[in-house]
Amino acid sequence: MKEVYFYATCLVDLFFPDAGMAGIELLQAAGVRVIFPEGQTCCGQPAYNCGYWEEARDVARGQIALFPKDIPVILPSGSCAGMMKNHYPELFHGQPEEAQVRAFSSRVFELTQFLVNELDVKLQDLGEPVKVTWHSSCHAVRDLGLVGEPKQLIAQLSKVELAPLTREHECCGFGGTFSVRQPEISGAMSCDKAADAEATGASVVLSTDGGCLLNVNGTLEAKKSPLRVQHIAEFLWERTRAR
Amino acid sequence: MHAENEILFRDSAAKALLDPQLRANFRRAMDGLITKRKAQFPDPRDLQDLRDLSTAIRSRSLLNLPSLLEQFEAQATRNGIQVHWAETCDQANELILGILRSKGAKTLVKGKSMVSEEMHLNDFLEKHGIEALESDLGEYIIQLDGETPSHIIMPAIHKNKDQIARQFSQKIKDAKYTEDVDELTAMARKVLRQKFLEADAGLSGVNFAVAETGTLCLVENEGNGRMSTHVPPLHIAVMGLEKVVATLEDVAPLYSILTRSATGQPVTTYFNLITAPRGAGEKDGPQEIHLVILDNGRSNIYADPQLQATLRCIRCGACMNHCPVYTRVGGHAYEAVYPGPIGKILTPQVEGVGVRHDLLHGSSLCGACGEVCPVQIPIPEILVRLRREATHQDPGSQVVGKGTGRTSSEDWAWRLWAMANKRPGLYRIITWFATRFGKALPAGAPLIKDWTRTRTKPVPAHRTLNERVRAKGVPHV
Repeated sequence: MKEVYFYATCLVDLFFPDAGMAGIELLQAAGVRVIFPEGQTCCGQPAYNCGYWEEARDVARGQIALFPKDIPVILPSGSCAGMMKNHYPELFHGQPEEAQVRAFSSRVFELTQFLVNELDVKLQDLGEPVKVTWHSSCHAVRDLGLVGEPKQLIAQLSKVELAPLTREHECCGFGGTFSVRQPEISGAMSCDKAADAEATGASVVLSTDGGCLLNVNGTLEAKKSPLRVQHIAEFLWERTRAR
Repeated sequence: MHAENEILFRDSAAKALLDPQLRANFRRAMDGLITKRKAQFPDPRDLQDLRDLSTAIRSRSLLNLPSLLEQFEAQATRNGIQVHWAETCDQANELILGILRSKGAKTLVKGKSMVSEEMHLNDFLEKHGIEALESDLGEYIIQLDGETPSHIIMPAIHKNKDQIARQFSQKIKDAKYTEDVDELTAMARKVLRQKFLEADAGLSGVNFAVAETGTLCLVENEGNGRMSTHVPPLHIAVMGLEKVVATLEDVAPLYSILTRSATGQPVTTYFNLITAPRGAGEKDGPQEIHLVILDNGRSNIYADPQLQATLRCIRCGACMNHCPVYTRVGGHAYEAVYPGPIGKILTPQVEGVGVRHDLLHGSSLCGACGEVCPVQIPIPEILVRLRREATHQDPGSQVVGKGTGRTSSEDWAWRLWAMANKRPGLYRIITWFATRFGKALPAGAPLIKDWTRTRTKPVPAHRTLNERVRAKGVPHV
């Protein structure tokens, strides 16, 4: 039986545990044994992006140690997966544990990437007809290199219609600390994203990343819009699980 | 929260966001440029091949920069171009003033040059009694209003047609009010034609300097570049020291990717190759050509292996056209000569990472800039590196102002963050409280106050995923 580790990420842990559970259940439904090590906190990206690399390394070191077995590490986030896969090697460049970190990074996958490319999952849509729209997370696409895996999964759902955003690849304005360091610009971007999503007529926005979810949902709620962003894992699990 | 003397991008950006006309002008213009660029690169593999080739050419040029500059100087000198070196903008200004005075020149007509903007040359010359007139239409428009460029290739892009119509009718002698673009252009043309014929000297920038032939390449669309460099008896060119490439063969791919990335044009209307002043028996061209090569912090950037990539830039402006921040606040909000993503990494390296710390954080690190950059400058990575430099004094680093953006409040924030995240026990306690009492956090608390300007307060789930998986019996080993 295939075994994988699941890494929650701090945003999913604290704000979107349903998405995390759904990710685990999707993997289990595909016949994978999922291990969720205790002691998970944050991947270290916020400190890394702000230049506090010692602090980021301290945290990252502890997290890497939670995944000793040579099996894949799956994250329900393109941004955190990009951090662990691409930026950990930079963060530990020249450090004594660099080789070990690189070996860890090579095992990191974002959830939809793993479902499509490694497991080749086949989904059966058990839900009611629905119109959705898709917001691509910047880090998932540009940093991690997700090319269309989430949309491939959505396309497998026979009763789901995908209405594209006008500016699918434009940042939602989250950007981690950017959202509070530059709240005016960030807010302007978020409001535009929310308006773009509303204009599609979709009843739900899907995305891979907790940051985008937190940001766009907060904006939609402030606008008193009934529309919400949902993590793709949660959406896929809701529509495919046997009831 | 902020270091002393820090220039706050946040404040000027917030102000710009309140101007709906400005936002509409930029959004429309940038959308147009994005669409035109996209049409030039229908095949993503061809685009990537051209980007790889262009990146290799620029990287190789930088690798051999000292010897290429020497070779270029020798060849250009042999051709009859007089080459001058300036370490600072002040020196460059003085050099140009000296050249103009030695010829008794009182009027200068200018083709577009961002390096001359870097030097604030117009103001300097004006103080010394020399009239410098911008002849690029966009530059002419903003000069009439005493403004600076808001975009490196479309300097007046912050204005729309109606605004320019009003401005021309007020500022150009005997001009009537019209919103007809052709008539407006004709008005500027009439003024400028006369100036080209009368000017004592012409000034231009340089897009590429070719070492093997000593040639200056100038890319333009309006013919004003050719007029500025060929009609007056004296031509002065200014360029940053990073502009040199080895061979004419290197220019072709760079020129192609430059125009396609910048304005979505397969070629520009004019492409000037300037190799020598007017020769014996020739009927046109300037009698003298001078080139001023400016450093202004570039050799310091050059010395750092990672930051050197900043100098690969060919000034196409694609990064700003695609930037979600630039698109919303426009170029002036950056309070810098070079706005947008490239300006965000260049300006702090020249002026100091401490005073420009806030600018370094004026990015969501979305990566749209790096994705379109024709020479693949890793702008997001460099931003992160410079944020590091702003807050730390790493030995061996030569970055200007390193460590001067550090504040004790940010220091403490990250120290506490690390404490909580490297101790799972402590993290568990904090998240336990957050899930049970997170709702009770006052909306006026720091960070939450900024977050809730446009959003509702984030409310943690009832139980963390860590708790949920334990309850569900998901194995932990």
